[in-house]
Amino acid sequence: MTHALRLDGVARTFPVGPRLFRPPRGAVRAVRPVSLDVAKGETLGIVGESGCGKSTLARMLVGLETPTAGTIEIEGRAFDRSDPAAFGRMIQYVFQDPVSSLNPRKSIRRIMEIPLARLHGMGRAERARRIAEIFASVNLREEFLDRFPHEFSGGQAQRISIARALAASPRILVLDEPVSALDVSVQAQVLNLLAELRRRFGLTYIFISHDLAVVEAVSDRVAVMYFGAVVEVGAAERIFSAPRHPYTRLLAGSAPVVGRPLRPPEAKGTELPDPLAPPPGCAFAARCPRATELCRREDPALTKMDDDQYAACHHPL
Amino acid sequence: MIGFVRLLARNQLALAGGVVLAIVVVIAAAAPILPLQAPQVTNTADRFLPPFSDGHLLGTDHLGRDLLSRLIWGTRLSLSVGFAAAVIAAVIGSAIGIVAGYFGGRIDNVVMRGVDMLMAFPYILLALAIVAALGPGLLNALIAVAAVNIPFFARNIRGVTVGIAGREFIDAARLSGKGHLAILTTELLPNVVPVIVIAMSTTVGWMILETAGLSFLGLGSQPPVADLGSMLGEARSALITNPHTSLVPGLMIFVIVMSINLLGDGVRDALDPRLRSGALSRPQPATTVRRTGPVPDGPGAGALDLQRLETRFHVGRRVFRAVNEVSLTVGRGECVGLIGESGSGKSVTALSVMKLVSSPPGVITGGAVFREGDDLVGARHDTLRRLRGDRVAYIFQDPLSTLHPLMRVGDQLAEAIRVHHAVGRDALRRRAVELLKAVRIPNAESRIDAYPHQLSGGMRQRVGIAMALANDPDIIIADEPTTALDVTVQAQILALLDDLRRERGLSILFITHDFGVVAQLCDRVAVMYAGQIVEEGPTGEVLDRPGHPYTRRLIACVPELGGGRRQLHAIPGLPPAVDALPAGCAFAPRCDKTRDACRQGPIALERRGRRAVRCLYPEHAAHAPEAAQ
Repeated sequence: MTHALRLDGVARTFPVGPRLFRPPRGAVRAVRPVSLDVAKGETLGIVGESGCGKSTLARMLVGLETPTAGTIEIEGRAFDRSDPAAFGRMIQYVFQDPVSSLNPRKSIRRIMEIPLARLHGMGRAERARRIAEIFASVNLREEFLDRFPHEFSGGQAQRISIARALAASPRILVLDEPVSALDVSVQAQVLNLLAELRRRFGLTYIFISHDLAVVEAVSDRVAVMYFGAVVEVGAAERIFSAPRHPYTRLLAGSAPVVGRPLRPPEAKGTELPDPLAPPPGCAFAARCPRATELCRREDPALTKMDDDQYAACHHPL
Repeated sequence: MIGFVRLLARNQLALAGGVVLAIVVVIAAAAPILPLQAPQVTNTADRFLPPFSDGHLLGTDHLGRDLLSRLIWGTRLSLSVGFAAAVIAAVIGSAIGIVAGYFGGRIDNVVMRGVDMLMAFPYILLALAIVAALGPGLLNALIAVAAVNIPFFARNIRGVTVGIAGREFIDAARLSGKGHLAILTTELLPNVVPVIVIAMSTTVGWMILETAGLSFLGLGSQPPVADLGSMLGEARSALITNPHTSLVPGLMIFVIVMSINLLGDGVRDALDPRLRSGALSRPQPATTVRRTGPVPDGPGAGALDLQRLETRFHVGRRVFRAVNEVSLTVGRGECVGLIGESGSGKSVTALSVMKLVSSPPGVITGGAVFREGDDLVGARHDTLRRLRGDRVAYIFQDPLSTLHPLMRVGDQLAEAIRVHHAVGRDALRRRAVELLKAVRIPNAESRIDAYPHQLSGGMRQRVGIAMALANDPDIIIADEPTTALDVTVQAQILALLDDLRRERGLSILFITHDFGVVAQLCDRVAVMYAGQIVEEGPTGEVLDRPGHPYTRRLIACVPELGGGRRQLHAIPGLPPAVDALPAGCAFAPRCDKTRDACRQGPIALERRGRRAVRCLYPEHAAHAPEAAQ
C-alpha cells in the first residue's frame, strides 16, 4: 500500500535572537523529529496545546516552512526543499482564520483563479467551468464570485477557503483549526461539508485542532503532540477513552464534558517546560504523576503499545 | 471610491483646500494658452512697477518682467517639480519598504539600517550635499528633494508591509503557486496603496517647500527661468523697498502648501480604516441612556437583577438591536451561564450591566439593572465608578489586551485596589501577593514584578482574575474568560472560579459559547439568540431536556468527547442580522417546526416554575404557552 503522506524524522529548529554577523544566541526545537505515515483516504487528527508545534508541522507539510531535518514524501515522491508551488498540486492548506486568508482587495473570482492559472495553467473558459464545478461542490452560489471577502460571514468565508484549496486539485488537505473561528452551529455545517468532500474526491486529511471532541468526531487516527514531539498515536475511538500516555489522559480529562463534575485535572502550579532550556529526558516528566528517574534522564521513543496504538512513555498506562 | 469622495467632502476644511488647489492647478496648467505676457522679456524702463499698474496687474520685478506671468509660470514649475519629487520618492521609497518588509530578516536589516543612516542627516544638509555633487539646476534639486524623502516612505511602508506579510492570505497565495514578484505586486501592493496615497498627500506640500528652499538659495531653477523659490530669492534684495515682489510668490507658496496640507489631512482621515470605524472618537465614560418606555420598579431580586434590558447601536441610519428585553436574575453565590453564538448579544448584555458599552454608538434604550435595590442604569457616573471593579468586577476574554503591557502585574493589582481604598504601600504589596496566591500563581513573590508578556496565557488570565477579586466583589461578570486558553489551563481556571464562588459566596455571570463549560460550572443557564433570551432554567434540566428548538439543535451541533466518529447535526442558515430582525420568532427561518403563528408577532418568554422558554411549539408540551395548549 502506498502512503498518501510519509514523514521521516521531520524536525524544525528556529534560531532565537538572530544577529546580523554572529550566529544566533540559541535555538528552539519547535518540532522534534516526527515520523508518521498517513494512508490514502485517511483523516489523521493532530491535537495538542498552543506552542506544541502542530502548526509548524503543518506548515512544513505544505512547504511554507523548510524542515531542518528529515524528509516528507507525498504519494511516494520526496519533497526535501520547501517550495509551495511544487507542493501546491499535491497538498493544500486551509487556514484557521477564513477572513484573513482571503485578500481583502480581490474579488472571490480572482482569488479562485490564481491556483487554476498558476498551478494548472488553465485558460479563461476552462477556469470559469472549473470554478463553477467547485462552487457547486461546496454549496456556494456563483453570484458570490464577484463579491469581496469582507461581505461574507465566517462560515461562508471558510467555504470559500476550502473551495480555493480544492481548486488546486490536491490529493491531501491540511486543515489547520478550520472550524475554531466559527460558531458551533456553523462549525457543524463546515465539518459535514469536509466529510462529504473527502468521500467524493477521495481526499486525505490532516486535521489539526485543539478541540478533542471535534478531532474525535472527524478522524480515523489521532496524533497527540506535546512540546514539539508526537507522544501518542492511535485510533480516534480509542485514544481518548484508553490513552496510554499520561499526557493524553490529562488532555482528555481536562476537556469540559456535560455531566462530568468539575475537578482540577492535575496538581496545582504545574508549569510547561521552557523551550529555551528543554529538560533532559521526557518533556512531560515535571507534570507527570508516574515520572521516575528514568523519565528525567532519557527521552522515551514512540513505541508500539497495542495493534495500532503507539506512545512515547517509559511507564505507559 | 464614491464613499471615499463623500467622506472627504464631509470634511469642510479638506473640501476648501481641494477647491483652492484645483483652481491653482487649472490656472497653472492653462499658462500656455492664457493671454499672458512673455515671462522672461526684460524691460528695465518699467522696473518695480507697483501692483495694479497699467498692463501689469501684479506689477513688475527688478528687471521689469511682468509678475503675474512669472507667478503663473513659476507656480507651474514649482507644482510639477513638487509632484514629480513626491512621485519619485513614493515609488522608490515604497519599493524599498515593501521589499524590506516582505522578505524580512537580513535583507530588512541591511536595507533599513541604510535608510536609517540617510535619516540621520539633517535633510537640508543632505539636499545641499546632493546638489553640490550634481551641480545646481532644477532637475538636480528635484533629485535631491526626492532622495531626501525616500526614507520617510520606506519606513512607513515597511511598517505596514510587515503587518500584511504575516497575514494568511500571503501564505495562501504562495500555495496557489505565486512567486515572490507576483506576491509583491498583486497581493501586497494593492493593500499598501492606501498608505502610500496617505503618505504622499501629507508630504507633497513639504516637498514643494523644500524645492522652493533650494531654489531660494540659488541651487534650483537657474535664471532666467524662475520657480516660486527663485522668484523669492531674486526679490530678497528689494524686500524693504518693493515688498510686493516678495509678497506675490510668498503668498502663492502659502496658498499652495496650505491647501495641499488641508486636502492631505482630509484624504488621510477618509482613507484610514481606524478613523472610519470611529476608533479615534473618544467614547464616553458610561453608556448613554435614553429610556423611552416606563422604567421597571425596584428593588429587584438576588445579587443582580436585569429587567427588560435593551441596548441598541446607532450606526448611520441603521439601528442594531443588540439586546432586546433581556431579564435575568443572578442570586447570591449563584453562577448563571449566558450562552449564545457570536452576535447573539451576550457580551453586550454583560457590558450593559455597568454601562461599559461604548457610546457612541451604543445606547441603553430601556430596562433596568438592580443591585441591592438601586438601578445601575439610572445611576450617576461617580456611583458607577465607585462600584466598577469594587463591588462588580469583570474578567475579559483576552488577558493580554486587558493588562497594561508596560506595568508590572503587581503594580496593576495595587492600582486596582488603590483606586477604591486608601491602603499603604506595604499593605498593597502584601495584598497583591496574597491575591496572586489565591489564584494559584506559583512563586507569587517573584512573579509580582513580572510584566504581562513574561507570563503565559493561563497565568495572565489568572492575573486578570486576581484583579477582579482585588476588592472582594459581590459579583463577577466573566466574558468568555477561558476561550483563549488551552484545555488543561481552562480546567484549572474553571476549578479556581468554582472554589472562589463556594469560599467567598461570589455571584458569577458567566458568558460562554461552550455547553461543556456551562454544564460544569453553572447552576442555571440562559440561552441567547439574536439579542433575546430564548430559554432559561437549571443547567442540568436545560441540557437534558431543552425546551426551545434552538437550544436542542445547538446542543446537537456540538460533538461530545467519547462519541466516536460521526455525522454532526448542523443548523442550516445563519442567525439574522440584528438590524433586520424578522417580525416573529428570530429562529423561525432556520427552525424545522415553524408554523405561520411563529412569524406573526413577538413571542413572550413563558415561565413555568424554574424553566422559561420563548417558543409557541416547544419541545415538551409542559413548556407551551397557555394560548397554544
